[in-house]
Amino acid sequence: MIINVARKELKSVFASPMGWVILSLLMFAFGTYYLNGVNDYFAVMSGAMRPAERTGVTQFVAQTVYGLASFIMLFAVPLLSMRLISEERRSQTLPFLFSAPISLTEIVLGKFLGLVAFLSILIVFIALMLSTLNIWSDIDFGFIIANSIGLWLLVASFSALGLYFSSLTQQPVVAAILTFVALFALMILDRFFAGDPSNTLASLSLMRHFQSFSSGLIDSGDIAYFVLFITTFLTLTVRRLDADRLRG
Amino acid sequence: MNNFTVEAIELTRLYGGREAVSNVSFTLSKGEVLGFLGPNGAGKSTTMKMLTGNLAPSNGSVKICGIDMMENPKEAKALIGYLPEMRPLYKELTVDEYLTVAARLHRVSSGNIKKAVEIAKERCGLGHMSKRLIENLSNGYQQRVGIAQAIIHSPMVVILDEPTVGLDPIQIRDIRALIRELGSDYSVIISTHILPEVEMVCDRVQIIDKGKLVFNGAIDVLKKQRVGNKLLIGMHNPPSVDAMLKIAGITEAEALAGGLMRVRFAEDATPAEAIVQAAVKNNWGLHQIAPDQTSLEDVFMQLTYQEQTEF
Repeated sequence: MIINVARKELKSVFASPMGWVILSLLMFAFGTYYLNGVNDYFAVMSGAMRPAERTGVTQFVAQTVYGLASFIMLFAVPLLSMRLISEERRSQTLPFLFSAPISLTEIVLGKFLGLVAFLSILIVFIALMLSTLNIWSDIDFGFIIANSIGLWLLVASFSALGLYFSSLTQQPVVAAILTFVALFALMILDRFFAGDPSNTLASLSLMRHFQSFSSGLIDSGDIAYFVLFITTFLTLTVRRLDADRLRG
Repeated sequence: MNNFTVEAIELTRLYGGREAVSNVSFTLSKGEVLGFLGPNGAGKSTTMKMLTGNLAPSNGSVKICGIDMMENPKEAKALIGYLPEMRPLYKELTVDEYLTVAARLHRVSSGNIKKAVEIAKERCGLGHMSKRLIENLSNGYQQRVGIAQAIIHSPMVVILDEPTVGLDPIQIRDIRALIRELGSDYSVIISTHILPEVEMVCDRVQIIDKGKLVFNGAIDVLKKQRVGNKLLIGMHNPPSVDAMLKIAGITEAEALAGGLMRVRFAEDATPAEAIVQAAVKNNWGLHQIAPDQTSLEDVFMQLTYQEQTEF
């Protein structure tokens, strides 16, 4: 049943030009950065004489692209997640889901998976695009995989937060703004504690946990953080929807 | 073993201490059309939301074909088709896409989805609208899509909240015919505040006012209450009330303006003939005599008004 809700969400995204436009615009941005990355690589590396200054082409190009991707997702996810529940609330279509034989958890998970599936298309495309470097070079697939997993967990966390804020309001725009502000705060939290990296609050920062992935390291601690983050916000969303049923 | 499709047991719903619905109990059997009648804000929609599991009752329980809505919501919901007051349509989808989504969510097995969509479209007269975006359909057709969505999984119980609101007379007639048709296969609950509609499509009526059930019975009972034992007589030289009361069988007479008189007679009496004879003999100048029907509105007003005076 979760799959059916997710399919419905995907269908809604692609039913309007919105989904296609976002996909193409984002891919255009990533493609441009990829191209620039490859050009810059030659410019920079021809200047780097000593072997210690040299980095692999995978790391050099992928880091630019993934860095941009994590930043762009900060804007793209709130725009995509905003309408998930608030739009249904506004056009009063929630009873359609509530009176179908599916539980609230399935509805929330379905909506979450629908959005993540859409964003996964981008992540797969980015990975494919970077893999084309392999045609003339020998690239580090491990680095790309680690980055892809990291980016995937990052956007899934963004989506879970966005879904929660979308369940709080009837206005998609309000949901988008709230999501963006919350995500932005969580992203830059570690900057505030730059002098004291061991601070507990600093370790709540989403960016800090993405950093290990972006350097090619898959750390189970970071995975646990993202999984907990996602679970927390999905649970809150289920509770929020249940309150609808109880309080009316 | 009872075969009630819907059992509502002492349903109560509080909104911040105020009882929107209080102690509503009723049952519905297979193949019955139940009309839910009441003024605005009487608690019709709230009751329907509770029946369909969209709202948790503060007290009481709902059973659909014996399955408790609180304990097994998924199983119970699978037996219900619900069209809320505001049509829950995804306007960016086409009719076919939307109905497919509805069928899938209502657990129609993947092999039967196409067939279920075709049948639902055919029943609601949507055949030629398949590829149209719901957004571009007229109000009446959107309403049909809403009904199609509610019957797509052949539920035991179809619950329609004000299905004819905002439609033109022809569409209303079509939708009523459709509801009647549905009533032969499923149990149907419709809510409305249009009284003649109830008379046309329902087998049973429930009148709800201020959250309380004030009438629950077959439509015939309501009709009988409405027709009553009354005659309306028009005369050029109306006699006194006392003179009229002398005629056998007449229990009550009331003089109205313009030479009209309303008389009430005993249950088994047929005083019309005697009245005519008396009128001829005494030269009352009889020009009109007809059974006096209270409109359904009056009955409705009486029922809801009685309730008010009790407070």
